[in-house]
Parts: sequence; structure tokens; C-alpha cells
Amino acid sequence: MTRAFKELLAYREIVLILIWRDLKTRYRGSVLGFLWTFLNPLLLMIIYSLVFSVYMRVEVRAYPIFVFAGLLPWIWFSSAMLSGASSIVESGSLIKRVPFPPHILPAVSVTATLVNFLLALPLLVGFMVVWGFPLGWSLITLPLTIAIQYVLTLGLAIVMSMLTVRYRDLQQLLANLLTLWFFLTPVLYPTTMVPERFQGLLMLNPMAVLVTAFQDALYGAHAPPLRHLSAVAAIALVVLGLALALSDRLRWGLAEEV
Amino acid sequence: MAAAIELHGVSKRFRFHGGRPPTTVKSAVLELVGRRRRRMKERFAALRDIDLTVETGRTLGIVGANGSGKSTLLKLIAGIYRPDSGSLRVHGRVAPLIELGAGFHPELTGRENVVINGIILGMSQREVRRRLDEIVDFSGLAEFIDAPARTYSSGMYMRLGFAVAVHLDPDVLLIDEVLAIGDEAFARKCADRLADFRRVGKTMLLVTHDSAAVERWCDEAVWLDRGVMRAAGTPRKVIDLYRQAVAEEESDMLARAYEPPAAPAVEAVETQTPPAPTLDRWGTREIEIERVRLDDAYGNERYVYAAGDPVTIRFRYRVNRPVQSRVFGFAILRNDGVWVYGTNTNLARIGLPDLRGSGEVEVTIDALDLIAGSYFVDVAVHAEDGTPYDYHSRRYPFSVRDDATEHGVAKIRHRWRIVPGDARDGRP
Repeated sequence: MTRAFKELLAYREIVLILIWRDLKTRYRGSVLGFLWTFLNPLLLMIIYSLVFSVYMRVEVRAYPIFVFAGLLPWIWFSSAMLSGASSIVESGSLIKRVPFPPHILPAVSVTATLVNFLLALPLLVGFMVVWGFPLGWSLITLPLTIAIQYVLTLGLAIVMSMLTVRYRDLQQLLANLLTLWFFLTPVLYPTTMVPERFQGLLMLNPMAVLVTAFQDALYGAHAPPLRHLSAVAAIALVVLGLALALSDRLRWGLAEEV
Repeated sequence: MAAAIELHGVSKRFRFHGGRPPTTVKSAVLELVGRRRRRMKERFAALRDIDLTVETGRTLGIVGANGSGKSTLLKLIAGIYRPDSGSLRVHGRVAPLIELGAGFHPELTGRENVVINGIILGMSQREVRRRLDEIVDFSGLAEFIDAPARTYSSGMYMRLGFAVAVHLDPDVLLIDEVLAIGDEAFARKCADRLADFRRVGKTMLLVTHDSAAVERWCDEAVWLDRGVMRAAGTPRKVIDLYRQAVAEEESDMLARAYEPPAAPAVEAVETQTPPAPTLDRWGTREIEIERVRLDDAYGNERYVYAAGDPVTIRFRYRVNRPVQSRVFGFAILRNDGVWVYGTNTNLARIGLPDLRGSGEVEVTIDALDLIAGSYFVDVAVHAEDGTPYDYHSRRYPFSVRDDATEHGVAKIRHRWRIVPGDARDGRP
């Protein structure tokens, strides 16, 4: 486990160059190019606002801002998981010809999607300013929340990427799972709308804690409850630890199977 | 001298995926639900108990048939696989030249791919940037370097991949079948580069089917056969053993193929339609040729000769239906198809006796005056108008060894005499 962790640091130059490759290839050859980073969450925000705020009249102040604040971390999470899960299978040619710690490939996916998230964040802040939202001290909790989500996503993505080598249909399964997970995470609705007796259940979902932490800091302009957040931080560290231990166990088989 | 690569008792097994579809979550769940016990993991040994030491600065060639474990050995040394048992030590930076350019991204330009490839192979960012021009220059692709790699030909891919790999400044180079890259000029450039590496004392491992390359490049060689090391030593010794084994195996197979059918009725033979022609054998089979072998002066079957050795081509014939018009012939071809020599009993005006049943034909060559290389013997029996009864083409390989380096096909016996100019001037 410690070796796998040290490798993450030792191979940071490769991680960085692969992130650069990831970002460069994603937008090269598309007409809108870099704008895709903003377009996808923007369109989702508009549709959800139309459906839930205009058609269904959910009583939430400045619903587009609320939805956008939850959508951005969720999109980071789901795109990191999807690209992370397939990362080792897709780079099979690399693993078969260069000695390479395989778990740095999902790390590339998670970090590259983090970059997209960070690039989209100013857009949200811009909307808030236009809408007349106060930008409070609560924003300083953002780096902490981002760090916790990064660790959690990295751990899960490493596990998924390695299992996907053995079980190739895991990717389709994951896509469906993420859709279900999305609706169980309070992105479209505030937690206050959830009946009291389901509140405890809701917060068992680490992504619910993280997404509400983002909404609190940005939309709610108050610091998120640290009790929940620290519990998720502990979970995230355990998941990452297990993922790196798994990586140590499975890594040698991967080059033969991928 | 210190050993750059040391292997002791290294074995490697692979899980055998024979015909089984890849595992999916679905199949795993079904197996669990259906309580079907998972089949025992079938494994086959790719390498068995390999002992190998390569001294620093030496070049080792690895020969063997497909599936003999050559590439597995290379990947173990590269650190891509881990041995199941035994110990393996490699000293210094390793550059694996395996499937060159396979990691290139088609959407990125050649230049961007060089940077990524270099870093993945172990260079630092600064190192790559410093050598970028040199690498591009070496690849000879300067005018295409800013075009996306998807517009490159496969040859260009490999050239760029090779250019990156040789600029790694490695201590150990692992080369897997990548000597013949690009056009002749580039292949020569690669060869020069490898010669440079040898000169400055890099350790190299060369996996190839091309035994001539092993002889040219390597200080020593090993022969792998189905995961076992069959021979190790000087390239010539190892390659001769390897070729001899290959040729024997082939003639064994041919001999088995010629086993006459069990007690065939005479009528049946008469009415038998000739077998369908194959790439290396065709004809109407009125007369058949079987058990072709090459013998040395002592009557021992051999397939490796020194230039100038005597050789006897010996084969049996069997007459299935007596024919009036028949000619035996033989030819020697170089392995690239160049026709070295050919003749037949008709051209040589050899009268043939009455042929019935079966018998033997011997062609004795007093001196095999050929340049060192790989050759084939063709043998045939046909009608005077050329209609083939049984034609065997490129079925019987042999090779010629020579200490001297000469060029061409035939070893023309000659003498030199140099007459100094002043000697002539001194004449009246």
C-alpha cells in the first residue's frame, strides 16, 4: 500500500503528461473544443431548472444556482468514475510494453476531470455574482471538500479500473449504477425536502454529504457540518487505502490479462 | 565484469484462456447462482527454470519458434511481468523496444507523442525537451512532426517509436523483432545506432527470427524451445543446433506424411486421383518423390554445411503408373527466392533405366560453393514436356556457413595477384 502510494508521487510527471494528453485529446477535433467543459453542465442546469423550477415548481430560491452548485461536483464524480473504470483497459497497449504501475491511470482520469471541475467553477461564481449572491467566508471550505472528494473518487476509480480488466461488462453496470446514485444524491432537491425519517439514510451516502457541502459553501453561504464531512473523509481514506492494497495484489496480473 | 542481467531458475506460467469467453460480471454471478464450481485455473508454463546471465556490455540473441517464450522472457526482464518462481535481477535503466509506437495517441501530433512517449519510457520532462530536436531529426520525420499521428503510416509510427527509444540513454536495451524498420536507409541508421550502443558497452537483448541478425549482432545466443532453454553459447553454435533441429523436425513431419497407406489395392492406386496441389508440392503423381534428405560425405543427414563441403541430395521415388516420358530434376534457391542453380536428367543427358516400383536417386555435389546463408533444395520428377508428376518446392531448407565474408550468391574460386606499378615501369 505504501509502495503504491509512493509510486503515485514518483510517477507524477507521467501523471501530469497524461492529464495534459487527456485534456488535449478530449477537445481536439471538436468544433466547440474547450467550451464543452462548460456546455455540458450548463445544458443540464437549464433543463433541470425548466423541469423542476418552472414545470414542477419546486420551492427553492434561485434554483438554477442551487442545481449548478450540486451538478458540478456530481459531474466531476461520475465522469471520473466512468473514464477511470475504463482507463486501464483502454491503455492496455501501454501496460503491455512498458513497466508501469497501473493505478496511476485511474489517477489520471480523476485528476483530469478535477481540472474540468475547477475550470467550470468560476462560471458558477460568475452566475452567483450576477444573481446578487453574497460570496462569503464559507468559500474557504471548498478546498477541503474538493480534497475529500478527490481521495474518495480516486479510491473508487482504482478499484473499478482493476476489476474492469477482469469483468469487462462492469463498465455498463457502472453507468447504470451512477444514474441511480445520481437520483439518491441531493443534487436536484435540497435535503430539507427529504422527510425527517429518511434524513439519516440520505446521509449514509458519502456523495450526498459532499454535494451538500458544496451547496452549503456556495449557494448556502455557510460552512458545511464538519461532523458529516470528517466521517466521509475517514471513509475516503479507508477506500483509498484498500484500493492501493488491491493494486499491490492485482498489478502483476493486469499486464497479462488486459 | 559485472552481470547486467541475472536470472536463476525463473519460471513463468500463464492462465490458459483456450476458447473461454472473457469473464463478465454476468457469467460470474451465473456461476455463483448455479453453484457451478469454477473450473480449475488452467495454466501453461511459458518459461521453465531459466538460468541466464548476461555480462554488462554483451549482446545476447534469443532464437526460437513462435510461442517458445522469447517475448515472455523479454517482458520479465523489462519488469512488465513478474516471474512465478526464481530470482531475476537487472542492473541499470532498461529501454524496452517492444511494439514500438504502440502507445502513440492518434489525435496528437508526432511531437506531442514524442514527449509523452519519452516521459512514459522514463525520461524526465527536461530530458525530453532537450533531446526533442535530436529525436525528430533521427526519425527523419521533421516535415510531418506537427501533423496528427493518425496521418502517419505504420512505418512512420515505428520510426518515431524507435527514435524515442534509442534516445533514452539506457543501460540495457531489449529489442523485440524491431530491427527491420522503415526503408533501407532508416534500417541502416538503426543498425548504426545499435552498433554505437555496442561500442559504448550497453547491454542488449535481441529477440528475432532472423538468425543472420543474431550472428551479425550478438556475442552469445540462447535457444528457447517451448519455454525451456535448449542451448546457450556462441551464436553460430546455437543457431546451427536450432536450424538442425528445425530441419529434422520438418523432415520427420514429411516422412510421416509419406507413410504409404496400409496395403493399398493395386487397382485403387491406379484410379486414385492426384492429391490437390499445395504451395510446396504439386503434380499428377504418376511417379512420387518421398524421403528427401541431404547427407554429408559420411552419409549423415545434415542441414548445415560449411562452404565448399560435399553434399548428397538423396530421395526415393515410387512409380504408381509406368510412364515413358520422365525427367528428374533438382534446383537450389536462396531463401529470398533467387534461383542459384537448376538442372535435370534431360539437360544433363542422363539416360534413365526402366523405372518400376520404387528406387533411389542420388545427386552428389562435390563442393557446395555458396556464400553463407539460407537456401532451399527443390526436387522434381516430370514429363519431358514439363508436366509435373511430383514437384517439391521450398520444402527442404539448409544453410551454408563460412568464416569469410563475401557478397553475392556463388563462391567463385579465385586468386589475387597484385602487380606493383614500378615493377611494370622497370620493364624494358
